[in-house]
Amino acid sequence: MGYQFNFAPVFNNFDQLIYGALITIQLSLGAILIGTLIAIPCALAKTAGPKPLRWLVNLYIEVIRNTPFLIQIFFIYFSLPALGIRFDPNTAALVALSVNVGAYATEIVRAGIESINRGQVEAGKALGLKGHQIFRYIILKPALRTIYPALTSQFIYLMLTSSVVSAISATDLAAAGNNIQSSTFAAFEVYLVITIMYFILSLGFSGLFSAIGRAAFRYPLAR
Amino acid sequence: MFRPFGPNEILYIVSAVQWTLLLSAIAFAGGALGGIAVALGRVSKKPWLRYLALAFIRVFQGTPLLMQLFLVYFGLSIMGVGINPWIAAAVALTLHASAYLGEIWRGCIEAVPSGQGEASYVLGLNYWDSMRYVILPQAAKISVAPTVGFLVQLIKGTSLASIIGFVELTRAGQIINNATFQPLLVFSLVGALYFILCWPLSMWARHLEGRFAVATTR
Repeated sequence: MGYQFNFAPVFNNFDQLIYGALITIQLSLGAILIGTLIAIPCALAKTAGPKPLRWLVNLYIEVIRNTPFLIQIFFIYFSLPALGIRFDPNTAALVALSVNVGAYATEIVRAGIESINRGQVEAGKALGLKGHQIFRYIILKPALRTIYPALTSQFIYLMLTSSVVSAISATDLAAAGNNIQSSTFAAFEVYLVITIMYFILSLGFSGLFSAIGRAAFRYPLAR
Repeated sequence: MFRPFGPNEILYIVSAVQWTLLLSAIAFAGGALGGIAVALGRVSKKPWLRYLALAFIRVFQGTPLLMQLFLVYFGLSIMGVGINPWIAAAVALTLHASAYLGEIWRGCIEAVPSGQGEASYVLGLNYWDSMRYVILPQAAKISVAPTVGFLVQLIKGTSLASIIGFVELTRAGQIINNATFQPLLVFSLVGALYFILCWPLSMWARHLEGRFAVATTR
């Protein structure tokens, strides 16, 4: 094995990698936010909505969960322009990631809502809480606490999945690697460093989420 | 001018399903062997084996599948195996599946009540016999639903092999799209084909989960 490893091209272009990593963080956090905003109403519609709405949400979940993300992003970036809907690559990436994580998060949030005992809601009504108060304090917050670990591991998985958006020439971390690789031919070294950067990002996300979880769900479980 | 999107083009895409299925089958078979090893390593009594298996899982669950594919693809060429998308995709997906199945099956092995292992020890069974005749058969029953669920994830994951030039369903769709420029038709068809592969498996996994929940409710 006479291969000489050459990491110089990687570190000479490290600013590109940092820029790419920032785009990856931005896309992931944006998609997590939008995906959660999609998931909460969809989960509600699935548990308590009228039948046609429930059917529609089910269709959305099944289509997204049973097709590859790569096809979803190809569809949004290459196929939707045929219908007159056009995005630049980074926007298409954000839309695709949001729609994708929205479907997975809906199922998780629904499981959380279904874990709330009906007696809790009745107790809230008996205490004279209004509908939105019952939803916020008795259903949503305890449900989110129950599903928080499942939800955050889904979010980390999303961040890793976001590397696929480089396939439509979005400018994320993986795409920065493709750029450096095609001009320096140090492919293995480039992707090794990028893989390590993704690993650090996943550790960072996991630390961030557990800090948020500790802060948000600090109130006591039992007395 | 562009080629029209006719029966030949549809046939080309549909017949590419076989390569997606074959790659999934290879990765699943290899992943099952690797997964069993990783799962046993995770529940081993030897600490270094436990840490090794844990590190393997952490690395493969903490990095993107696309990067794993790239590293194996370019890594094999450095080692002089040459650039071969078939081998690279099969190896990368096998390693990926080993890590995920290992973690799933570890959970299933640990879900078998510890009294079972202790009872087989008392009966004089050695480690391998107690695994083979007592623990693993019970763990296998628990593992069917999550394993089928992972199979769906694996089939979807094979689509990334298209990026390193492996011609399967997604790549076939891209090739036809480049020739016909009918992205709406092409990617709808490709998406529908993936759905036909994955949806029955998802439904089956859910059905098994439901049955298991009924069986274990007291």
